[in-house]
Amino acid sequence: MALNFLRYGPWLVLTLFLVPLVAGGIGTLLPAFGYLPALGGVNFSLDPWRALAAYPGVWDAVFRSLATGLAAAFLSFALVMGGLTFFHDSRWMGRLRAVLAPILAVPHAALAVGLVFVLSPSGWLVRMASPGFTGWDRPPDVALAPDPHGVSLVLALVIKEIPYLLLVSLAALERLPTARSVDIGRSLGYSGPVSWLKLVMPQLAGRIRLPVYAVIAFSVSTVDMAIILTATPTPTLGVLILRWMREADLSFQFVAAAGAVLQVGVVLAAVLIWRIGEVVSRFLLKAWLQRGGRNLFPGAIILAAVPTGIVSLLGGLGLVGLLIWSFAGRWRFPDAVPGRWSLENWVDRFDMIADPLAATLSLATASTVAAAILAIVGLEAETRFGRGQRTMALILLPLILPEVAFLFGFQVFLVGLHADGSWGGVIWAHLLFVLPYTYLTLAGPYRGLDPRYARAAACLGASPARVFWSVRLPLLLRPLLIAMAVGFAVSVGSYLPTVFAGAGRVTTLTTEAVTLSSGGDRRLIGVVGVLQAGLPFLAFALAWAIPRLVRWRRFGVGLGHD
Amino acid sequence: MIDESGLIIRDLSVSVSGARLFPPLSLHVRPGEVVAVTGRSGVGKSTLLSAICGTLDPCFDVSGDILVDGRVVRGVAAESRHVGILFQDDLLFPHMTVGDNLGFGLPPKLSRVERRTRIGDALAEAGLEGFESRDPATLSGGQRARIGCLRALLARPSVLLLDEPFSALDPESRSRFRQFVFQTTERRGLPVLLVTHDVGDVENLGDRSRVLSLDVLENGVSG
Amino acid sequence: MRHSRTVRHWIVLCLWLIGTAIPFGQVASAEDQALDWDRALEKARGQTVYWNAWGGDDSINAYVDWVGQRVKEDYGVTLVHVKVGDISETVRRILAEKAAGRDSGGSVDLMWINGENFKAMKDNGLLFGPFADALPNRELIDTQENPAILRDFTVPTDGYESPWGGAKLIFVYDTARLANPPRDAGALLAYATANPGRVTYPAPPNFLGTTFLKQVLYELVEDPSELLSPAGQNFDAVTAPLWDYLSALHPTLWREGRDYPATEDDLIGLLDDGSVDIALAFNPAKASNAIEQDRLVDTARTYVPDAGSIGNTHYVAIPFNASAKEGAAIVANFLLSPEAQARKQDPRIWGDPTVLSMSRLDDTARALFDDLPRGVATLSPEELGRTLPEPHPTWMTRIEEVWLRRYGA
Repeated sequence: MALNFLRYGPWLVLTLFLVPLVAGGIGTLLPAFGYLPALGGVNFSLDPWRALAAYPGVWDAVFRSLATGLAAAFLSFALVMGGLTFFHDSRWMGRLRAVLAPILAVPHAALAVGLVFVLSPSGWLVRMASPGFTGWDRPPDVALAPDPHGVSLVLALVIKEIPYLLLVSLAALERLPTARSVDIGRSLGYSGPVSWLKLVMPQLAGRIRLPVYAVIAFSVSTVDMAIILTATPTPTLGVLILRWMREADLSFQFVAAAGAVLQVGVVLAAVLIWRIGEVVSRFLLKAWLQRGGRNLFPGAIILAAVPTGIVSLLGGLGLVGLLIWSFAGRWRFPDAVPGRWSLENWVDRFDMIADPLAATLSLATASTVAAAILAIVGLEAETRFGRGQRTMALILLPLILPEVAFLFGFQVFLVGLHADGSWGGVIWAHLLFVLPYTYLTLAGPYRGLDPRYARAAACLGASPARVFWSVRLPLLLRPLLIAMAVGFAVSVGSYLPTVFAGAGRVTTLTTEAVTLSSGGDRRLIGVVGVLQAGLPFLAFALAWAIPRLVRWRRFGVGLGHD
Repeated sequence: MIDESGLIIRDLSVSVSGARLFPPLSLHVRPGEVVAVTGRSGVGKSTLLSAICGTLDPCFDVSGDILVDGRVVRGVAAESRHVGILFQDDLLFPHMTVGDNLGFGLPPKLSRVERRTRIGDALAEAGLEGFESRDPATLSGGQRARIGCLRALLARPSVLLLDEPFSALDPESRSRFRQFVFQTTERRGLPVLLVTHDVGDVENLGDRSRVLSLDVLENGVSG
Repeated sequence: MRHSRTVRHWIVLCLWLIGTAIPFGQVASAEDQALDWDRALEKARGQTVYWNAWGGDDSINAYVDWVGQRVKEDYGVTLVHVKVGDISETVRRILAEKAAGRDSGGSVDLMWINGENFKAMKDNGLLFGPFADALPNRELIDTQENPAILRDFTVPTDGYESPWGGAKLIFVYDTARLANPPRDAGALLAYATANPGRVTYPAPPNFLGTTFLKQVLYELVEDPSELLSPAGQNFDAVTAPLWDYLSALHPTLWREGRDYPATEDDLIGLLDDGSVDIALAFNPAKASNAIEQDRLVDTARTYVPDAGSIGNTHYVAIPFNASAKEGAAIVANFLLSPEAQARKQDPRIWGDPTVLSMSRLDDTARALFDDLPRGVATLSPEELGRTLPEPHPTWMTRIEEVWLRRYGA
């Protein structure tokens, strides 16, 4: 019975997953070609595409999406690889992981606002230097964040993606013979960093390809960050789509649908460009590998470390900025700190925050637990029956597809089921994004687990179920909890899924933050941002602490011993 | 009356996508007997053991008979074959204490007291009294190997397979562990099938042991 | 196996948690019928009304909370404020429901709406009604005195939406930095030219930005009455002066017009920072509120252009497929009560002008309004000057389109 369930488990998971995707895709595709009877569109036509092509600035926006997305993906990839090259064996790499985890978990919108607090002309950096150094008693009239060229957007994306890529890389490295490879390289006269670059990095790059694609897809199609960090007249395609969807003139729905389809094309183009770059650089790297050079140029370590340092510092300042704003009473330009501090934002306004906080917490818990169970069902079935790996890869689709591409259609689908605005519907929508991340994070360690443990247990007479509960699951406790923390963070930060599936009735910290960001009270945004960042941080803290606690309870000693 | 006790293999062959790893093999390991299987790397020694204990990857095809004490076990799930195995690595579960590792092999229906007694007895047999709540990671290689062996034995197997269990140990612990294994299996009257590179592993066992070379088999001489 | 048992318990607990979190499905119940007030009172008791309303302002949210408490006490109606960033989201939601064939049991019962969103819903048959004229408190509005209530951006309301409050464009400045603010479009251009980078407005389609464009258009156009009928062939000729004006203004704007504040509050923030010298708001009490909330320097004051300023009315409407139409109507009626209207006009609460006619109120009700204080930066009704009517929505749509083509990218 249980065995049968598990055999069909992957199909159950996929059905739960593909039905909304397919329904959502159709619900978006049909209007893109003029078909949406409720709006009088009963004939197929290319009119939406004509309107799209004629819309002022649409091609600039497409280009901007591509450029910012690829730049952000490349920079974060390069910085992570650069950092690992020099510091992969450093003792504080593990600690860095713990420091970066909270930034990884900070919802995009909160981070973007934090960055504006720091970088804008009336932001913290200018305030600290004014009027003392600059002589300014008014903010300078320059566009810093948001800016017309998407620089601050790239910056924010890089801050967001570095911790993610680092986390994925560290997880993958645990499964690679990193130290041994480097030792072999060094014994042959290569410097440590060069050994890493030539021997470990190529293997690592292959292992983290999918996460990198997810980073590209996300960076190209991000909406909430782009709204906050691009100047109004120079939006990205994602922002334009949202504008069209919000247009009161309902005929724009067709244009928005066409835009959503175009967004898919843009993401695919970006991945293709990346892939070409990958092939070319593999070729170049091979030549470099064969030349046999033993050392890097002298300043390489600075080039690898300093940008990451600056970027992390900005991210950190943004978070501190959120915290300070949340305790600010009156904070006028150019004061470096609030003129008056106050607890009002937390105390008097807490009842405004309590419901969204509870909703965020329950949504994230429910979707994360569901995702963990589903991911385990899929992976366990794969481990036991040795198949389904390819099929299960389909659940990664939502990471490659832009959210808007299927969420409009998914909303129509949920309405048809009378499940929009219900908790089940919203959890389902969150699951579409939580599960892929959870699965992605867990799959590596799951597949990498030494299969002989399970064999040894089976030869000791343990049934497959017992092998799972007593051997595999406990051995995978740590990666499982990390995967759940990632899923939790994804759920907390979800904006569009909550808005679409929640019928607007479900208010989370993130929807509250975006709603507030159009109302502009920086102090309340600070409070919401701090809470938003705090929840996932808590999840990561638990993922860190629980395995240690379990170990401590088991052996009495050995806290921190791995 | 035919003697069916111990491990009987008849015309066993393993192939992967049509290619046979070694010619059909027939063998009878009687209780208390030790058969050492040798052969060059890649000839399929470990695969043979996996086929017997039932953990072979589904991509392999197995033909022929495997009988344990007269029971046909081919097609039976690994956990129901009563075939114990020791690998080169001890594979103690790192998330369990030494006692839990040993207890993992015990049958499920035993009382708490009984379990504790048997674990304690096993530890005494290995000269490791009082090690119940130790973290396996804090043990020496020889100690871990002995625990691994006892864990396999506590599951009351009808046959014990050894997959180069001595090769990872230093010479001193190696000979001690070897002695420990063969004494223990002799006491229990267990048939033992041993895969090894080193025929020296069985040279002191006298007529209790036989050597079977898969290389010779491959050259057309049947064992 | 202490360990495996713990894990199993943990998973069972999690499954239970998920189970409790999935109350799938909702009860659909609403037969379409015209509004009978006594029956409505009866049916509304126990209903839950989901009110989709912009949720970007604390004071407004607090006011809505208060309305919820009051209708619960008086009518047994549970009010849930569904906070939206832009009500057009809700228009799309109802559209999606219609597309899915959900003609009853809809997810929205009441919405805060006006202008082009109202027109879109009315044109697409997404509204329930007419219901507004059946509300008892409708008697308190003299349509002779306040005809704007019959027309929303010149579109006849036809009883499909019930008035709730008013809005009027005002200008905000800091008296500590600017002594004599420019009081017409021409003076504003002159000021911007003399002080580059110190003037801006939110980018259309933000309603405040669009309102600013309409304000300028009114001041520059030769015959304002043309704006009251739909825009047609005359569009280019009528709006030409506006585009000339903007061409001159834009190079002098904050960030040379390469960026714009996103919202009204964004702009107030810029004024507070000292980035700009003049801000706009669509609520006469906005500046006083912001000062009260420590978001604006206390030397800030407000003014309106000499020619008067654009004003409009905002409403509540009920979607065609609402689940709790009776409850929604009762909330709409309560919003028109002197109690609710006076509280709304209180600058300490919100400061949104009433739609009621003082002549129709009895003495007690009128006293509620007479006793209200006025914020430090709020103008008196006389100082607020003339109210210019909203143009027909077609003007707005086409102006936004042209603006976007010229300055949007």
